[in-house]
Amino acid sequence: MVKSLNSDLMAEYKRPQSEEEFQQNFKQKKPLMNQTEAFVESARCLFCYDAPCVKACPTHIDIPLFIKQIHTGNTIGAAETIYDSNWMGNACGKVCPTQVLCEGACVHNHAHVKPIEIGRLQNFATRQVIDQEKSLFHKGASNGKKVAVIGAGPAGISCACELSVLGYEVTVFEALERPSGLTVYGTAPYKITNEEALSEIDYLQQQLGFKVQYNSAITTREQLQSLENQYDAIFLGVGIGPTASLNVKGEDVKGVTGAVEFIRELRFKKHNMPVPRRVVVLGGGNTAMDAASESARMGAEQVFLAYRRSKEEMGGYSFEYDLALSAGVQGVFNASLREILEQDGYVAGVEFVKTVSQNGRLTEVPDSEFVIECDLVIKATGQAKMVDFLSLIPGLTLDSSRRIKVNTQTYQTENPRYFAGGDAVNGGAEVVNGAYEGKMAAQGIHHSLTSHLSPLTSNHG
Amino acid sequence: MADLSINFAGIKAPNPFWLASAPPTNSGYQIMKAFDAGWGGAVWKTMGVPIINVSSRYGGLNYRDTRMSGFNNIELISDRTLADNLKEIEEVKKYFPHHAVIASLMVESRKEWEQIIRDVENAGADGIELNFGCPHGMCERGMGSAVGQEPEVLETIVGWVMAAAKVPVITKLTPNISNIEDPGLAAVKGGTNAISLINTIKSIMGIDLDTFAPYPTVDGKGTNGGYCGPAVKPIAMNMVRQLAQHPDISGTPISGIGGIETWRDVVEYILLGATSVQVCTAAMHYGFGIVREMDKGLRRFMDERGFETIYDFAGKALPNIVEWKELNMSYKVVASINPAKCIGCQLCYIACEDGAHQAISVSSDPANRIPSIIEENCVGCNLCSLVCPVEACITMEKQPAKVAPVTWEQLTETGNIPTTFNDPRAGGNGHYVPEPAAAIKR
Repeated sequence: MVKSLNSDLMAEYKRPQSEEEFQQNFKQKKPLMNQTEAFVESARCLFCYDAPCVKACPTHIDIPLFIKQIHTGNTIGAAETIYDSNWMGNACGKVCPTQVLCEGACVHNHAHVKPIEIGRLQNFATRQVIDQEKSLFHKGASNGKKVAVIGAGPAGISCACELSVLGYEVTVFEALERPSGLTVYGTAPYKITNEEALSEIDYLQQQLGFKVQYNSAITTREQLQSLENQYDAIFLGVGIGPTASLNVKGEDVKGVTGAVEFIRELRFKKHNMPVPRRVVVLGGGNTAMDAASESARMGAEQVFLAYRRSKEEMGGYSFEYDLALSAGVQGVFNASLREILEQDGYVAGVEFVKTVSQNGRLTEVPDSEFVIECDLVIKATGQAKMVDFLSLIPGLTLDSSRRIKVNTQTYQTENPRYFAGGDAVNGGAEVVNGAYEGKMAAQGIHHSLTSHLSPLTSNHG
Repeated sequence: MADLSINFAGIKAPNPFWLASAPPTNSGYQIMKAFDAGWGGAVWKTMGVPIINVSSRYGGLNYRDTRMSGFNNIELISDRTLADNLKEIEEVKKYFPHHAVIASLMVESRKEWEQIIRDVENAGADGIELNFGCPHGMCERGMGSAVGQEPEVLETIVGWVMAAAKVPVITKLTPNISNIEDPGLAAVKGGTNAISLINTIKSIMGIDLDTFAPYPTVDGKGTNGGYCGPAVKPIAMNMVRQLAQHPDISGTPISGIGGIETWRDVVEYILLGATSVQVCTAAMHYGFGIVREMDKGLRRFMDERGFETIYDFAGKALPNIVEWKELNMSYKVVASINPAKCIGCQLCYIACEDGAHQAISVSSDPANRIPSIIEENCVGCNLCSLVCPVEACITMEKQPAKVAPVTWEQLTETGNIPTTFNDPRAGGNGHYVPEPAAAIKR
């Protein structure tokens, strides 16, 4: 008889019964600053020379400048500075793991002074221009060239924006019914609301005029051929696929789902999303932390985050783990999945075996099996790559981790007609990485299509 | 235990903390509240010719998120009737017989001066302050700074006052003048018992970027107001010490005014020779309660150093303030960065690079953000230590003297100074300066 880890626990969060209660449970971690907060916070910036925050930002936003602009009442100018480097300026202000990026690099940390809340200041500036519909950008004079962008996620939208400014006619093909990709579909609701993410893209599209075709998945060779015939270049911002299979017994029973699928459903069903009493989340990355936090915030009484290696080896950020803990999640480490238990066609629990990790090698401890009873299993053990789709593109090559191989400056793939950026290239990173790569790829496309005119220039050293 | 009581030109007060003649001393109510909070004296808001005020009246200079680091006003003297003011002076003195109540006055004719002096003395004022400083409104009518800027007129009026007054007289000076010694001397020649300074400085606080009107704005227009608050303190302190060092003025007690908010400010003014201080902006900003911080701080300062009264340290900084030509030119300090404290903002680097002498370098290793001092280029200017946001991270270290102390004055006497434009003895000759083109070659 294997022992059970379950015990009686009180949920930290009450099950939300209304949209209002849902918003309460998923209160924004980085709420919009008011005028006074922004004024006082921006006053603290030291205006460092060669500022470490700028270097830590994947898009190299001139952070000291935009903070000074906020402080001097030039908030629109601040938003301009932000968008100059990053088309996802508002989304990044909200969802970036700033603790390990700009804010982590803030020199105040070295004096044990609270770092500047750069993310929230960025949100403050960009939210104003979005809400006030301030026109900051213009579609460039048409150069007669057309580019197709596959995927309306951060990489695709950034690429479309940059290309529009450069005078290209851009059409984005999106499989789903809305844009934003994982910014909405894969991000915890307490990081950004659907409305925030969608309004930024709408704001950009209004000014830059690129087209987006929704419910338009590109899945066949024929479709690709048609794009190749119609467009001068194609950008792949396809991200990565659904949650990968674990190939364990019981994986197909009802009550077993993938983290990405769970988060996507939650974002739109909100309080109507059924989350049962007992949840086990499998994985140790940030998506696992998100799924566990979200289950707890949906009022689940017991949420276990089970990871096969040690706590120290988790891929997720420690602050994300702390956030999950504060929501009532319990961590179970060195627990390797054996089997998903079923009763009457429904999940009944998960059987684990204890492991020991030594020098990165994982060994199972004999006779150490144990069970966690549960009503829902969320697999956050990684997403499948879009290998099948990508194999439809002749000449495209993938690296050993099945990421699209690109030129690191131009983001051109080994098929010169195709460029790529975002998760499909980096294997799954942050919104800010997608935003940067999409923008760089647009410049790569521009260079490739006009290289007989001018040498390649990168706008960031 | 420190004894804070003072006898300022015959005006006795339990401590040197006085409220300056200004909005906080507009009424008996305010002054009694202030005395109750711990202030030792108050100079009543200037009484005199009848006036009418405008709305609005005050402007603030904010630096970053610090409010009112500078402050100005276009308010005139008291707009209350003299009778009401006199009645309240009498009442305040009844409740607070040992506190100093000084009547600030501003009128035109000799007859008016004699009348109003008699009135305030009868009401029980312990002293009189002559407002020769107000730089707006009143000066257009030939009073206030219009008097303070004309030493001869000032001397005459002080003479009238001295002939009439039975209580001690303080002459308050305007800083809106090229040399503060001129009105200072005039006041002394007129026979004044004491001097107070500074009054406010003529100023424009800012311009509304939408209406193009200055602050404070009165129906779309504005006028130069009187500037005060922390930002004026260095200017005021220099004027105080100028008078305190002047051989013909130094015997006259000085009441220091200008940007005083903390005990440190008070101590500095006393070290420069003031034996009472007057405060306005700080009380307008934080209320009368700030006096308790001044009081506790001054007491601790005195107790720690064994000063029994403020006269034990009054003027102690004066011998150290000399003319530039008397400074020791062989003295040298060099900046030193404490790497354990450095947070890597590199403000010192860029300040020295762009604003001083290119004597700080940064590492080519991006992981090392701690700048280094290029000692041979450092002139010891202090700039890096001033911009450094970390307490005591950059210090200026005294270097062993290579030559005996020598001053410009001495060098001049021995004929050892550079005398022509291209004299090789010029101080910066041979000092490292980068090639101009290096600025754009990077």
